[in-house]
Amino acid sequence: MMLLFDLALVASLLALAVHVVVEPDERSGIIAFLAFGLLLGLVWARLAAPDVALTEIAIGGGGTGVLLLRAEAAIRGRGKHEEPMTRTSKLAAAMGCAAISVGLGFAVLSFASPAPTLAPTAVEALPATGLGNPVTAVLLAYRALDTLLEKIVVLLALIGVWSLAPDALWGGAPEVRPSAVPDPLAYLARVLPPFGVVIGVYMFWVGADAPGGTFQAGTVLAAMWLLVMMGGLRPPPETAALPLRLALAGGPVLFLAIAFLGFAFADGFLAYPKALAKPLIVAIEAALTVSVAAALAMLVAGPARKAPS
Amino acid sequence: MMMAALQPGALFGLCGAALVGIGLFAVVASPGLLRRIVGCNILGAGIFLVFGAVARRGAGAGFAADPVPQALVITGIVVAFSASALAVALLKRLAEPAEEAAPAEPRGGS
Amino acid sequence: MTSPIHATTPGGFLLVLAVILPVCAVLAILACGPRSTVRIAMLTLAAGLAVAVAIAVELVSSGAALSYVVGAWQPPLGIALRADGLSGAMLLMTALVVVAVGLYAHVQYGLREDARNQRAQTTFWLMLLALWSALNAVFIGEDLFNLYVALELLTFAAVPLVCLDGRTETANAALRYLLFALLGSLLYLLGVGLLYGQYGTLDLLALSRLSRSDPALSVALALMIVGLLAKAALFPLHLWLPPAHAGAPAPASAVLSALVIKAPVFLILRLVLDVAPPQAAAVAGQLLAVLGAASILFCSVMALRQARLKLMIAYSTVAQLGYLFIVFPLAAGGTGLPPWETIAWTGGALQLISHALAKAAMFLAAGVIIQVYGHDRIADLGGFGRVLPVSAAAMGLAGLSLMGVPPSGGFVAKCLLLTAAVIEGYPWLAATILAGGLLAGGYVFRVIDRALAVPAGALPSRRAVPRRLELAALVLAVAAVLLGLVPLRPFGILQIGRGGLAMAGLP
Repeated sequence: MMLLFDLALVASLLALAVHVVVEPDERSGIIAFLAFGLLLGLVWARLAAPDVALTEIAIGGGGTGVLLLRAEAAIRGRGKHEEPMTRTSKLAAAMGCAAISVGLGFAVLSFASPAPTLAPTAVEALPATGLGNPVTAVLLAYRALDTLLEKIVVLLALIGVWSLAPDALWGGAPEVRPSAVPDPLAYLARVLPPFGVVIGVYMFWVGADAPGGTFQAGTVLAAMWLLVMMGGLRPPPETAALPLRLALAGGPVLFLAIAFLGFAFADGFLAYPKALAKPLIVAIEAALTVSVAAALAMLVAGPARKAPS
Repeated sequence: MMMAALQPGALFGLCGAALVGIGLFAVVASPGLLRRIVGCNILGAGIFLVFGAVARRGAGAGFAADPVPQALVITGIVVAFSASALAVALLKRLAEPAEEAAPAEPRGGS
Repeated sequence: MTSPIHATTPGGFLLVLAVILPVCAVLAILACGPRSTVRIAMLTLAAGLAVAVAIAVELVSSGAALSYVVGAWQPPLGIALRADGLSGAMLLMTALVVVAVGLYAHVQYGLREDARNQRAQTTFWLMLLALWSALNAVFIGEDLFNLYVALELLTFAAVPLVCLDGRTETANAALRYLLFALLGSLLYLLGVGLLYGQYGTLDLLALSRLSRSDPALSVALALMIVGLLAKAALFPLHLWLPPAHAGAPAPASAVLSALVIKAPVFLILRLVLDVAPPQAAAVAGQLLAVLGAASILFCSVMALRQARLKLMIAYSTVAQLGYLFIVFPLAAGGTGLPPWETIAWTGGALQLISHALAKAAMFLAAGVIIQVYGHDRIADLGGFGRVLPVSAAAMGLAGLSLMGVPPSGGFVAKCLLLTAAVIEGYPWLAATILAGGLLAGGYVFRVIDRALAVPAGALPSRRAVPRRLELAALVLAVAAVLLGLVPLRPFGILQIGRGGLAMAGLP
């Protein structure tokens, strides 16, 4: 029964992906991509990866989908940069891609058996972190350096987006609110955020021991903030505003501070003293959640559109 | 081989392999830049599924999957989102009607 | 459990500082605001240079690689950093170029302290520092996924630099660059996933001991190398590079051309020499050498045909990059030596470093020329040597290194590669090296000829170009020449820490 479900899932996922690629109307293509993201979340649940499922639905599907929809609306009818390919080269490209898929498929089927795994090692080390969710332990303890650098990646992307503003608008506020706010949006913007914030805080809080964590919680909070800005209840902040900059830098700064304290109080950079590991990690996660929420929301909002005051 | 391919690990791994091909095709052969960005995201999704399949195969120690590749995917999804955001911002910048003001500095020299 | 692969060595914490210090500066600038940007950046340049020198000193004095196990979590669960001799040389080269470029930018942006310039200026400093962090992370990373994050950090720091001037044209170049770079890192990431699925570890040193010929490994390495080639802009994947590198402001062009493309090349080197099993390494080496030779010939000709100075320098980058790829078959040759003891290995490393210094010098000198002339059309630059003697000298000295004329680092590098090609029996590579040198001579002389030409009309005034601005380029060019004074033999520091590796890549 589960097998049938899996097969149907795979079939619809592939059909949607093909649809996204060949659909001539870009808007319909992107809406199909949103559906694709939701189905992908289901696949992750079937792969016993609830943390990834939440992340995929929130960021991979939802966040990216909103980003793409806004982009499509902004560039519709304006100078498209089309570079059509000839039929032959398209065919050649298709054959090449198919060959890569087949080769990859063989590689996937030829993996060593029994499968190598770090699950036992990861679980064995879990008590030293005080956490219950091994995925969170990987992200914030074993491979914390990746997570730290990835936070910087997000910040750099944001600065890169901001740098696209014209000189005169540098430091000003982005424009998020559509020219006419539809009534349902205004209604949602008033009703949803309190619930969203509660869900976000809950997701962050359980993340230490159950599926959930900073990214998922941060995305939910970012979505609520965007909703408030889109509904026109609060204007977006100026990109040079001090509170915004502090919120963005705060998470990584705390992360780095605790990482450096590891030199003095634990086994070195990014090591936690055993007794304090869990509270320290939760503190880092809290600060990161705020930073992630601010960064993701501002990434969707885009570069400044109004001159700074 | 046939039965092995139907395990959830392998099945979704193969699905990932197929998505990689589809996404790659969209990146290489799409006429529009927005569609290429979407293609990157499908390609990324396929790659993450391969990681997911690897994780699922590595079930052990009371967990249904290896947490390490799963954590890598979470990091990867966030990076991919940031990349899409930057690409989309550049695309919007390109679609803006005209240069608002010619830069005062000579070309390439600012 | 056997003894751990990595153990933190004394001085290992320096590796952490090399990666993290610039990141700290980025966060500090973000939190403190624009007024303190330049001060923080200057402080970080000094500190970062000191860290790079300290790592080199530690390497030479201990004669062994530096390692650091981050958070004391042993790989494969955790992440290790490791600097061998080659990494140390890369760190030092990066620090030198970044500091020179930073001083140049400090003077240049100091010329126009107005609010209009704030956007480009702040973005430049943030990206320069982030880029430094990313490069260091690539050069000392041991964990394949950590290297993926480092590569992405590099991309996100490099792309905004391309379109710093805000014109639509450069935004277009930036988007193309971004798409190529993303495709490259995704293919790399796919390979990482396959390697983990097969071996259950992402640690390079561990993989070098585990890897053996099997289909998953071949597919993984092929994907990773192709992805990295797209980032490195080797022919025929180079199309994004000339508009991106030529469109960026001069100091940004300098770091992009001198340093950023070296990161993927360095990783290809590590994958082929350390991870690939011998037969696969031999096949990959031959293919890479063919592409490298094509790069040298095709892009040198393209450089000759460019009308604009910066585009010419950018095409020359792709051509010079080709030399790094012909090292593979030469170093893995049949002399019975491990690759890092061959003259080709030393030649390749010298080529990498001398190109970085020379190319940064050329772009900085070109920046000064543009500042004075207001354009970079080579034909209309007649007599620029009279207005800007220091920049012309920098251009000429850097050119020596590109051509491979003594005395210069480029000469020693190309001479070693040529000797290796003859000894190892690769006449077509030897011919390519010679032809590439002649073509480089052609495009460098076009510029020198203009510098010495009798000006057609009135010379432009120097306007507000202080000598200090020209000095950065000259210092780099002189450093590229001084590199030519090292002895013509395998070079000690490049071998530190290599012997401990399994003899992957050897029969």
